[in-house]
Amino acid sequence: MSMSGNGGDTPVVYMEDIVKRFGTITALDGVDFTVNQREVVGLLGDNGAGKSTLIKVLTGVHTPTKGQIYFEGQKVDIPSPQVARALGIETCYQDLALIPLMSVTRNFFLGREVTRGFGPVTWLDMPEMDQQAREALKDIGIHLRSPREKVGKLSGGERQSIAIGRARYFGAKLLILDEPTSALSVGETHKVLTYTLNAKERGLSVIFISHNVGHVYQVADRFTIIRRGHLVGNYTRDEVTENDIADLITGEREK
Amino acid sequence: MSRVNAAKVEGRARGSAWRQVIARQEVGVVLILAAMVVFLSVYTDTFLTSTNLFNITRAFSWIAISAFGQCMVIITGGVDLSVGSVMGLSGLASAMWLVRGVPVPLAVAGGLAVGLIVGMANGLMITKGKLPPFIATLGTLWMARGICNGVTGGWPVRDLPQSFRALGQHDIPIGNVGVPLPLIFMLILAVITSLFLSRTTWGYRIYAVGGNEEATRLSGINTDRVKIMVYSICGFLTAIGGVLMTARLGVAAPTAATAYELDVIAAAVVGGTSFSGGEGTILGVLVGAAIMQVLRTGLVLTGVSAYWLQAVQGLVIVIAIMADQLRKRRR
Repeated sequence: MSMSGNGGDTPVVYMEDIVKRFGTITALDGVDFTVNQREVVGLLGDNGAGKSTLIKVLTGVHTPTKGQIYFEGQKVDIPSPQVARALGIETCYQDLALIPLMSVTRNFFLGREVTRGFGPVTWLDMPEMDQQAREALKDIGIHLRSPREKVGKLSGGERQSIAIGRARYFGAKLLILDEPTSALSVGETHKVLTYTLNAKERGLSVIFISHNVGHVYQVADRFTIIRRGHLVGNYTRDEVTENDIADLITGEREK
Repeated sequence: MSRVNAAKVEGRARGSAWRQVIARQEVGVVLILAAMVVFLSVYTDTFLTSTNLFNITRAFSWIAISAFGQCMVIITGGVDLSVGSVMGLSGLASAMWLVRGVPVPLAVAGGLAVGLIVGMANGLMITKGKLPPFIATLGTLWMARGICNGVTGGWPVRDLPQSFRALGQHDIPIGNVGVPLPLIFMLILAVITSLFLSRTTWGYRIYAVGGNEEATRLSGINTDRVKIMVYSICGFLTAIGGVLMTARLGVAAPTAATAYELDVIAAAVVGGTSFSGGEGTILGVLVGAAIMQVLRTGLVLTGVSAYWLQAVQGLVIVIAIMADQLRKRRR
């Protein structure tokens, strides 16, 4: 087992001995999880292995039953998604992240609207938000027809790209991509993988969650595999092949 | 290459500006309303008189004001069935304070507070009590009506002061016509609620909750707070409608506004507010309320038996919603 990072010494996130129980069900049973600076970590596991629960603990959706979270070396409590966002943890959930009936701009600024006004009377500054959304997306190589377009009309890849662009724009340090390629065509998948690598180049750390070993293998520096709420292990890309990873996920072979 | 494409696409976007106007949800209902008005103006002598027009607008103003709140609730994906009872209860509360000598402004404020409190209770039951909106507001529908009957023993409250009745009966002279005061209140509230929904952070979040509640919550927005707010606003606006209605009628019956929730919901839905959440505008609601009232008046004026009214109204609601579905599918 090795824990290689490319860059700073302090990990962006270190989750120690995380336990999460729902009633009598133990979803996570003492899992350690690390993400280093400017590292893409592939988080892998079968359905129900505990990937989503682990991420929800990290993003403040669930409170862990036991265990500590360190963000950039500091011990932190993450009781709500607001707190996670304030720390710089941005999540792009598969289908949950965006609101199809609302425009690109409105989705981009959801929860962090730009307003003008005086005192308690404020109103939305739509031209400013349109402008900023367009430029922020252009900056990571995403060209939109119009920032006023409804997200429901965009392709799956475009939606992911907006979520990634939004994370970068708001100064996220850690980007979590939850099954970003699961419903995408080959071309769209390629785009999303490229944006992921772009995000890393610009200094972000990324957690890439997927069922598809092939997709994770193309972008991740390291793989963390969990099975039935337990950590199976951490492996760098030169240690394992795609087939090894698939075996480790299903438990065909222990390493 | 991509710049060329972008320019081309932008040109196309400008060309389709007109099509975007047509695709706006209000356009269909405005056309229907216009067609009805033109037909009735030509077909009857009485429709296009200022007396009739103001009677129409006065009669739908309190429905429309309540429907502005209902619209917000439906946008979040909920529904408020208690509006009819709340309208009755808030008007009755004001009336009971008035006959006990409470000054008009205080009695009105008290009536509005009753509406606000019932609305807030709805919001709390739905968010903190985890009740489905249909159940929670069905409960308050019965409770509010029951309180109306209980406190009055079934008797109407009469002899309301003239200064109170003026709120519903007075006409403001503009040019050479007298515009009913409730109509003016309705228009002012329409502008305020419309700006609130389309131009403020809170309005933005109301649409977000209805569009995808989970995503909104994960974006760090307190969705419970948004919901409590919309039910409170709905209760408050409904109370304004209730007070205006009571002032207009000059008497507060415990059975007043019974089943008005159906008119209010119909106004919102005919006006394009989507029951699946995330969509709806105040302008649409205003037009929806007008359509329902013009229809009612028009059927009477054209000599259709009053006994058939509800059947036709029901048909119109179904047709309006089907038309809306068709428009969405074509989009």
